[in-house]
Amino acid sequence: MTDLHDLHSSRRAFLGLIAGGLATAAAVQPAPAAKLPTKARIVMIGAGAAGTSLVNRLMDRLDGADITILDPSAVHLYQPGLSLVAAGLKPASYTQSKTTQWLPKGITHIAEAAAAIDPIAKTVDTTGGTTVPYDFLVVAPGLVLDHDAIEGFSLDLVGTNGIGALYAGPQYAAKTWEAASKFAEDGGVGIFTRPATEMKCAGAPLKHTFLIEDIATRTAGAGKHQMHYAAHDGALFGVPIVSEKVRMLFTDRGITPHYSHVLKAVDPGKKRATFATPEGDTEMAYDYLHVIPPQRAPEVIRQSGLSWADKWTDQGWVEVDKHSLRHLRYPEIFALGDVAGVPKGKTAASVKWQVPVVEDHLIAAIEGREGSASYNGYTSCPLITRVGRAMLVEFDYNNNLTPSFPGMIAPLEELWISWLMKEVALKATYNAMLRGKA
Amino acid sequence: MEQLTFETMFAVFEEIFGRGLFWAMVVAAVVVTLAYLYVLIRDRELSMRKFLWAQLSMPFGAVLAVVFVQAMTHSGLRDIGGPVDVIVLLGIAAMGAVGSAILVYTAQSLVRKAPEQ
Repeated sequence: MTDLHDLHSSRRAFLGLIAGGLATAAAVQPAPAAKLPTKARIVMIGAGAAGTSLVNRLMDRLDGADITILDPSAVHLYQPGLSLVAAGLKPASYTQSKTTQWLPKGITHIAEAAAAIDPIAKTVDTTGGTTVPYDFLVVAPGLVLDHDAIEGFSLDLVGTNGIGALYAGPQYAAKTWEAASKFAEDGGVGIFTRPATEMKCAGAPLKHTFLIEDIATRTAGAGKHQMHYAAHDGALFGVPIVSEKVRMLFTDRGITPHYSHVLKAVDPGKKRATFATPEGDTEMAYDYLHVIPPQRAPEVIRQSGLSWADKWTDQGWVEVDKHSLRHLRYPEIFALGDVAGVPKGKTAASVKWQVPVVEDHLIAAIEGREGSASYNGYTSCPLITRVGRAMLVEFDYNNNLTPSFPGMIAPLEELWISWLMKEVALKATYNAMLRGKA
Repeated sequence: MEQLTFETMFAVFEEIFGRGLFWAMVVAAVVVTLAYLYVLIRDRELSMRKFLWAQLSMPFGAVLAVVFVQAMTHSGLRDIGGPVDVIVLLGIAAMGAVGSAILVYTAQSLVRKAPEQ
């Protein structure tokens, strides 16, 4: 009987444990926090990845805030998909959606760009002539591609004369694939470039190189293509350990690196590209040339006095604290995404980690206290090395690798699972982020 | 991943398949599982004859699942790059095998009459 009694008590204990566990699980579920009532006027410049994600999160946190978002573009671009479009793996439409479909109700959306920002008077003028006053301003207009900086190049060349430029947008990414697939079939010399400025996703020039090499070799067979990668400085990637890995992969794949070669001019008729190097200009002939132009902050940012005065002076990124993303001279201004003047991270993954930080500091400021969240420079790059494999490279300001799945998904290993993430899960995560859910 | 909660997971899956298809698949999985439990309880035994057919369907389900994932993602067996990839591959195959076994068993049970008492 004692045994039976023990059994009963232990069963009761067991059931109690389950009940307790369920109760605890229910208790630790994040309860919907009470919304903060406020009349604050918040203006956001840009409804891209950063602006859209932040506005959706603020709507869940604030009650009564007067939020205005400015963006002239009717189309929202899923930019991480452009590499796939330029390799013929996805159609251009894969990267396009409507800007308004992601925006919440209860805000003011002005389909115009910012024409001027006055950080003293705290107003933003739109291109349509409206003046919008703000208590807090979030600057997230993205960046501009300076195609004119490359002599002889213009966007109407993309897709012809063996010229590709996937950064320029979905249609140009699709045209890039037209030029690249012709190169893959015909063989010849392929040159892949990157600019000397800060840029969106510094992994993308490498991805395009690896993908086209893989497709070319599969299409026409080995030995028919000469692949060249022009790096802007002495490394292939900003993070030294990743750069070394890429160098080894290049050796394996027969891709020749050319260090300190910055594209400055193209002669599409003769199919020759001119590079600035420390030893002077040098010319290279090509059958396929992938152009990524210099990248800068939009003119309105540079004109409004928000940029760093002593850093990136030719590029004009916004002068913010790299951990809080708050402007160093105007505390009611934050910058997010590509335009932020921080050492790393012009990627959607950076945005995913930056947005909660700005949200925290912004809400703290409305409440009259200091925020505590800090951005450590995290960014991630599913560095595709061929159709079907990628390396899930994640790192921070200090060039440390910061793997999300340590011991499971090795950051410097070419894996199918990393490719699956890029192909299947990344856009889904991105869209969830836009809705403020991830 | 900074905030990996169930809500995030559901949001991601909804985005992968579309809200309608995702929840339709969840409902389909639940319905098949419930139907399986129903026939088990109704018949009060595991019919070895039906189970044999179910087992025979398993390799096909495994291969189909793998081929489906590879076709959807432009990849193939040559892309297996490390141990974790093998685990993922086996996981997909196992899910396909178990799914097809349950489906075939349940379908047989529902279509054929309950065994005579």
